[in-house]
Amino acid sequence: MNREPVVQVEGLVKQFGEFVAVDHISFHVEKGEIFGFLGSNGAGKSTTIRVLCGLLAPTEGRALVGGLDVALYPERVRQGIGYMSQKFSLYNELSVQENIDFFAGIYSVPRSNRERRKQDVLERMGLISKRDVPTHLLAGGWKQRLALACAILHEPGIIFLDEPTSGVDPLARRDFWDLIYELSGEGRTVFVTTHYMDEAEYCHRLALMDEGRIVSLDSPERLKAGFAPDRFLQVDTPRLLSALDCLEAHPGFSEVSIFGSGLRLRVGDLVEGERVVRELLSNQGIEVHQIREVQPTMEDVFISQVEQSSGVRR
Amino acid sequence: MSFRRVRAIARKEFLHILRDRRSLMMALALPALLLILFGYALTLDVDRIPVLVVDHDGSLESRDLVSRFEGSRYFDLLGTVDSLEIVEESIDRGNCLAALVIDRDFASDLGRGRTASVQLILDGSDSNTASIALGYAEAIIARYSAEQMASRSNRIAGGVSAIPVEARARVWYNSELRSKNYIVPGLVAVILMIIAALLTSLTIAREWEMGTMEQLLSTPVRPAELVLGKMSAYFLLGAVDTITAILLGVVIFEVPLRGNLILLAVSCAVFLIGALCWGIFLSASVRSQLLAYQVGLLSSFLPAFLLSGFIFAIKNMPLPVQVATYLVPARYFITVLRGIFLKDVGLLIIGGELFLLFAFAAAVFAFATRKLKGKIA
Ligand SMILES: Nc1ncnc2c1ncn2[C@@H]1O[C@H](COP(=O)(O)OP(=O)(O)OP(=O)(O)O)[C@@H](O)[C@H]1O
Ligand SMILES: [Mg+2]
Repeated sequence: MNREPVVQVEGLVKQFGEFVAVDHISFHVEKGEIFGFLGSNGAGKSTTIRVLCGLLAPTEGRALVGGLDVALYPERVRQGIGYMSQKFSLYNELSVQENIDFFAGIYSVPRSNRERRKQDVLERMGLISKRDVPTHLLAGGWKQRLALACAILHEPGIIFLDEPTSGVDPLARRDFWDLIYELSGEGRTVFVTTHYMDEAEYCHRLALMDEGRIVSLDSPERLKAGFAPDRFLQVDTPRLLSALDCLEAHPGFSEVSIFGSGLRLRVGDLVEGERVVRELLSNQGIEVHQIREVQPTMEDVFISQVEQSSGVRR
Repeated sequence: MSFRRVRAIARKEFLHILRDRRSLMMALALPALLLILFGYALTLDVDRIPVLVVDHDGSLESRDLVSRFEGSRYFDLLGTVDSLEIVEESIDRGNCLAALVIDRDFASDLGRGRTASVQLILDGSDSNTASIALGYAEAIIARYSAEQMASRSNRIAGGVSAIPVEARARVWYNSELRSKNYIVPGLVAVILMIIAALLTSLTIAREWEMGTMEQLLSTPVRPAELVLGKMSAYFLLGAVDTITAILLGVVIFEVPLRGNLILLAVSCAVFLIGALCWGIFLSASVRSQLLAYQVGLLSSFLPAFLLSGFIFAIKNMPLPVQVATYLVPARYFITVLRGIFLKDVGLLIIGGELFLLFAFAAAVFAFATRKLKGKIA
């Protein structure tokens, strides 16, 4: 893979009045990378993407997309990018094909190439049989595919996808990610935001975002490895809430959360951790079915990183 | 400016127009509806004016004059009554709009070569009808007077005599024809202004409301291309409306179309472009379909109706208002239309107006484009 940054962001700030939506973030994305933004609602993911697409002017800092400063050359940047906004924003009254035709015209796809490009995206997105369906009749997953189709018609080098799979069923989400991998395999850079933890793990690199800041940035594996030497225990107990209160009260356990049918907590040492948990719970007369080690998930990483960074800020 | 992008936008917008059947029907039917409604309301309600006669003279001459009114299609003679009280009551009840009162001395004055006078009482509460009725009555009396004059001068050759029956200065004032010919071209202008501004007032606001503007702005499309593309699609619709309105004016209202058709087409096109761009400008400014529609209606209808010289003569307005009328494109368009329709004027005479219409269109196009440009950054 060719290691050249296609997106470079330095000290980017976006304010709406007094409110700071994006707070001094810096990162770069390399060619062909799938770069993810993971963050809860209002973290500033969409705002960052909109600055990068030239839809918002940055308050401070610099953003280069494809080597061009977005604030200075928004029009040239736009020809080289594809954007799928968070809210579905194609024309509902038009058919699948008419939407594609429209964007082919808008992106000035050359006439000689147009039919081939159209056929290609329709095939790739599995939309061939739906080409004459009015867009408003498409189910959520198909709408997202159409939006992606329109965003890649002009073969952009960089594709910005803002929560492309929100409101889409899990199976369709998997299929959608297959498409993202295909695009990345062709050497296109994919910049994607999500608040699904499992999806975040599909990214090559991931920025964790909270309140306008990037609290951590690395590959999913490295982010999870960042806990070492700490380990995670899963505690199965019928009295979840009492157990949660009891373990949270103990100063030695920082991250206790309910996970599935049991509790999850971070410990410095497996054997010692299990001993303390059993002791605390039996003192309270809380029954324990089972305690076992589990691998940390992206959610563990996210919670821990956000707690750490807001602790530092306080 | 990319022609390809403009065409893509125009095509898309045109599909929108075709898909929205209800709006399309409205857009196509509205000009005809308005023209017929206003056309009849403003011009044709003045024939068959109900009139009463009070004939104090009862002579051959006076009955002759009454029969002229009877024979006119503009008056509907209700009958002859004895007193003015009955006339008053009838007018109050709305049964009659005018009364013709003939003096006892009518025939003898005529016989002696003096000016005989007749009195016309009009219901002034409907001033439009009253003034038109006055015109008709004067025309009939003037004609009668002229005939009397002719027969009298035959009798007393050489002698200069008084005018037999008094008539006002507006002799031969053919009110019916004039008001219609005058009003219909103005009406066409007012209607086109309203329709065009309304057609486009939704178009940008809808993109903002649906969120499709976000997608559009992420593409290389330029504001000027967006305005031009949208304008072209609605121009087609507006052209159909224009042709409808003009044809109806000529066919139903029998307004003579004496002028050059190419000059007419060019003037209509320039005016239409300006009005369409005005709608786009509003739509881009307020971003809400409902608000844009309302502002579009008011800002097109009121100035075009009140400040264009369509109904109220500009020279009778207070000076500040007169100055304001220079900003109303309908003012120029009405002058152009009346000129082309009725007088077959050429470019030399209406060139100034045409230029101002052009300037208006260009300015509003620039405003609309700038409004969109501002929204992007
Ligand atoms: N145009 C705007 N004017 C004022 N505030 C805004 C504007 N756009 C976004 N914000 C605020 O900025 C913050 C960040 O918004 P942003 O849409 O970037 O969040 P996000 O990470 O995309 O969240 P979500 O997961 O809900 O999409 C939010 O608090 C939002 O209310
Ligand atoms: Mg968002």
